[in-house]
Amino acid sequence: MAYKNFKVETDSDGIALVTWDIPGRSMNVLDETSTNELDAIVKETTADAAVKGVVITSAKEAFCAGADLSMLEGMNLAYAKVFKEQGETAANQMLFEQSRRFSQVLRSIETSGKPWAAAINGLALGGGFEITLCCHYRVAAENPKPRLGLPEVKVGLFPGAGGTQRVPRLVPPQDAMTILLKGDPVTVDKAKALNLIHAIVPAADLIKAAKDWIKGGGKAVAPWDEKGFKLPGGPVFSKAGMMMFPAGNAIYRRETYDNYPAARAIMSCVYEGLQLPIDAALRVESRYFTSVLRSKEAAAMIRSLFLSMQELNKGARRPKDVPPTKVKKIAVIGAGFMGASVGYVSARAGLDVVLIDRDQESADKGKAHAQKVIEEQIKKGRAKPADAEALLARITPTADYAALKDVDLVIEAVFEDRKVKAETFAKAQEHLKPDVIFASNTSTLPITSLAESFKDQGKFVGIHFFSPVEKMMLVEIILGKNTGDVALATALDYVRQIGKTPIVVNDSRGFFANRCVGRYVAEGNEMFLEGVPPAMIENCAKMAGMPVGPLSLSDEVALDLGLKIMKATEADLGPNAINPDQKKLMVEMVEKQGRLGRKNSKGFYDYPEKGKGQKSLWPGLSALQPKQLDPDTLDIEELKQRFLVVQAVEAARTVEDHVITDPREADVGSILGFGFAPFTGGTLSYIDFMGTKKFVELCHKLEAKYGSRFTPPKLLEEMAAKGETFYGRFAPKKAAA
Amino acid sequence: MPEAFIYDHVRTPRGRGKPDGALHEVTALALATVPLKALKDRNNLPEDSVDDVVLGVVDPVGEAGSDIARFAALKAGLGEAVPGVQISRFCASGLDAVNFAAAQVMSGQHELVIGGGAESMSRVGIGASGGAWPMDPSMAVPAYFMPQGVSADLIATKYGFSRDDVDAYAVQSQQRAGKAWDEGRFNKSVVPVKDINGLTILAKDEHMRPSTTMQSLAQLQPSFTMMAQMGGFDGVAIQSHPEIERVNYVHHAGNSSGIVDGAGAVLLGSKEAGAKYGMKPRARIRAFANIGSEPAMMLTGPVDVTEKLFARSGMKKSDIDLFELNEAFASVVLRYIQAFDIDNAKINVNGGAIALGHPLGATGAMILGTVLDELERTNRSTALVTLCIGGGMGTATIIERV
Repeated sequence: MAYKNFKVETDSDGIALVTWDIPGRSMNVLDETSTNELDAIVKETTADAAVKGVVITSAKEAFCAGADLSMLEGMNLAYAKVFKEQGETAANQMLFEQSRRFSQVLRSIETSGKPWAAAINGLALGGGFEITLCCHYRVAAENPKPRLGLPEVKVGLFPGAGGTQRVPRLVPPQDAMTILLKGDPVTVDKAKALNLIHAIVPAADLIKAAKDWIKGGGKAVAPWDEKGFKLPGGPVFSKAGMMMFPAGNAIYRRETYDNYPAARAIMSCVYEGLQLPIDAALRVESRYFTSVLRSKEAAAMIRSLFLSMQELNKGARRPKDVPPTKVKKIAVIGAGFMGASVGYVSARAGLDVVLIDRDQESADKGKAHAQKVIEEQIKKGRAKPADAEALLARITPTADYAALKDVDLVIEAVFEDRKVKAETFAKAQEHLKPDVIFASNTSTLPITSLAESFKDQGKFVGIHFFSPVEKMMLVEIILGKNTGDVALATALDYVRQIGKTPIVVNDSRGFFANRCVGRYVAEGNEMFLEGVPPAMIENCAKMAGMPVGPLSLSDEVALDLGLKIMKATEADLGPNAINPDQKKLMVEMVEKQGRLGRKNSKGFYDYPEKGKGQKSLWPGLSALQPKQLDPDTLDIEELKQRFLVVQAVEAARTVEDHVITDPREADVGSILGFGFAPFTGGTLSYIDFMGTKKFVELCHKLEAKYGSRFTPPKLLEEMAAKGETFYGRFAPKKAAA
Repeated sequence: MPEAFIYDHVRTPRGRGKPDGALHEVTALALATVPLKALKDRNNLPEDSVDDVVLGVVDPVGEAGSDIARFAALKAGLGEAVPGVQISRFCASGLDAVNFAAAQVMSGQHELVIGGGAESMSRVGIGASGGAWPMDPSMAVPAYFMPQGVSADLIATKYGFSRDDVDAYAVQSQQRAGKAWDEGRFNKSVVPVKDINGLTILAKDEHMRPSTTMQSLAQLQPSFTMMAQMGGFDGVAIQSHPEIERVNYVHHAGNSSGIVDGAGAVLLGSKEAGAKYGMKPRARIRAFANIGSEPAMMLTGPVDVTEKLFARSGMKKSDIDLFELNEAFASVVLRYIQAFDIDNAKINVNGGAIALGHPLGATGAMILGTVLDELERTNRSTALVTLCIGGGMGTATIIERV
């Protein structure tokens, strides 16, 4: 029988070689056709007496990178349809049966009675790795990079085709939990050491090794289908199990704040499944998988963290009629911390970098930063000494603006002062090739007004990096009023080259990310002034899903900088733009107490010397609070909500102000830029999944109690009245076209 | 409604709950039998006179499994017609057994019932019976499961008890227990555990250290820090009470209840049963109650159940002459004292589990007996007995001398 996605060839020894090779794609992904064909192949090879055993491999560079998650969108539509027509129970039943189909196909491989060997030629992730786990033998090609893993949890899902059952039946529970809950892939060597695979051979010998195992009498029975099978960690209710599960549950809560249903489901699948024979265990896994598929967290995370992120990375917002640009050489003007880091990430991506500062010594300092970073990478095993050499060779530090003569893109990261910037532009302009795009990395000054100091405003654009640049994956591209398409396209192409995710926003004070995160920090200050215990502010923020508490974040950013921004906002927009009590608090902290934040080891927290314990809240804080509230009288859920709502309502305002024109960018930008509770799918998904009407009601409730910062914009009121969502009203596909 | 009277109570001495403890060689069944047989002998109970035996056992597995109450009753010679039932409400099981026994009498269905408990912690082991609560993510996560010690440290942190506070309380417990033994205050109720030849194995509590001082306690490292940090429970504690920046770990072996082996039993009956067997009632059960409390903090249930019991019985703090609260951890007692502003001279006046040990399923019956003896010794009337309980519960009973 002929297949579309697979080739099946049976050799003279009766070994069927099943080669996965989806036409027209660079990678095999698990889709409906592949599932159906795999099912047919199992049936065919099982029925064919001439077939003694089966080897499955891939013709692509990777074995399989996982499931096609867009397939789930179809499943969701089908679910909604059945739900509407036949009710929830029928819809759940349908989803249960459909979503476990792949798991059942894999189980049929395991119980086919014929030995199956997986010849893992490359990357095998998610469902791809689960295929190999149901084979009776796994041999992988040599490879130094992490190749095997179950990353589903990162997008709000979990390995629902036996992964939660077969992994802890192969490796001890603690290792199994790490693989399942962290989702990071492991190298083939580590997989072998863990007992996840049986053998590693040179790539050229892969198929032979798999066939040899079959010829050598490889057994067509999984260990857990044999009588007397023992779990590698012992029974769940054993001394070892009693050490493992209570701590596992606690660590799950400590790390996730119980905000991630998929991670909790993994814990339950392992706990319940390991007390069952494999078939019942797989059924339980399927039940949890169905329930996670129905969760809004999974839907939100798949959309934002997988689909939208992929689309933005592929240039969803790129003007289509501008031919592709390739930046070969860039200049970064201003070799301070930010500029040096921008230089580093560019050089790391293979670009030549001219690092310019006012004198050679300052420029050299910038290059030294790059050297420090790459050395740390080598120490962590993430780079080789040769990489460092090549990287440093690409960075040229200089004080001479003439070095700008052959660069394709300039990014300035000089001091945040209009005059300094204008002088820099004037100096640079003399040396630039015609048509070079000039970008500013400003985080505070509006791009439109900065562009006025540049000769060709159409070539001027904002490229806003986040600190630390090496770690932060988001880049905001800011369009001034006159920024042209070529500038935008070049900026997007550059961001893609350095492997970061871009969002495109229109000019506004604070652009998008800082506007929202500013609200978050301010809300922390508001709670402080209300008399909420400082620890409770920090903990509730983290429980709401934020990575860092607002007081900590203030310390990281530096309190004096916060005060400076506050004063600037007041000067530009008038006294009503800020809360005078917050200003008073910051003046007290900065000017009277000399507490500037992390940078002088004194802020909301006291910071001990390195290696001398953890930071702790400054005991003097309570004296700065006008009153102290009894924590037992406070509504924790409301505190958590305030943090998310205040940011989400600001995000909605950025849509109303046309700063954000595509909801995907607000969502992805908020998660990557400032860690907005990822399980919500981002600031706008948070509203959409709550329901616009419910969100607006919540805003009004909080507005009545806490003031106008919670007042929903007109746009939201209108959407609530019409029952609209952001993804409905501002449907991204149209926006991207 | 018939009243339930207490006619007698006994307990074994508490043996160190380790392989070198004196009661380690005694089977759980033999241990549970001791107080039952003593009640029969001391009160000359004829065979088959007891309607039921309710025994609390927290880890009813292995040799302590399969309804040990029936077999202990048989072994004690109470008679073939005497049934038994084993119950567990964790640490309050012994008091609940007394309450369940009282309830049988008060409902008019039974005349003479024994309530008590037994725990051989050295032989069966704490936690041996497993259970979903800490293990099953669907329960452990929403219930903020933490080991009791971490909850006790959380209570100390939240209510502001320092290491000195809890240590000072522990020293007092040791001194009070030492004095009680010295003055023979337990003599009336402690029955020695003997071997098959009638030779004494243990006659006195062996866990206590009356010479304990603040200085000697200061040498001890906190017991739950590592478990909390490595096991993730510090994060659970903070999420359950987010006003706390970090948990202050103050409890250690010297200010927590001791792990011991022991058994105790209380003989309850109607007025008629007393008359029938020629026994004089010593006290009546005034009221009892159970409650569920916040599961994360877990051990504050005595406060909640006391409030419930006061409300239900129409009684108030000033009606209570003596309080007996199980010393699971020092912070549990300090919080209870703080919540009701109780005079330190009225609570746990003869020490408690910090000095003497906490044989889980037996303790409730033991401390009820201890406080009754003290009421009699000092000629006072009313006492409230209560215990904190795993999973966040409280059980309390008020007794009144007659």
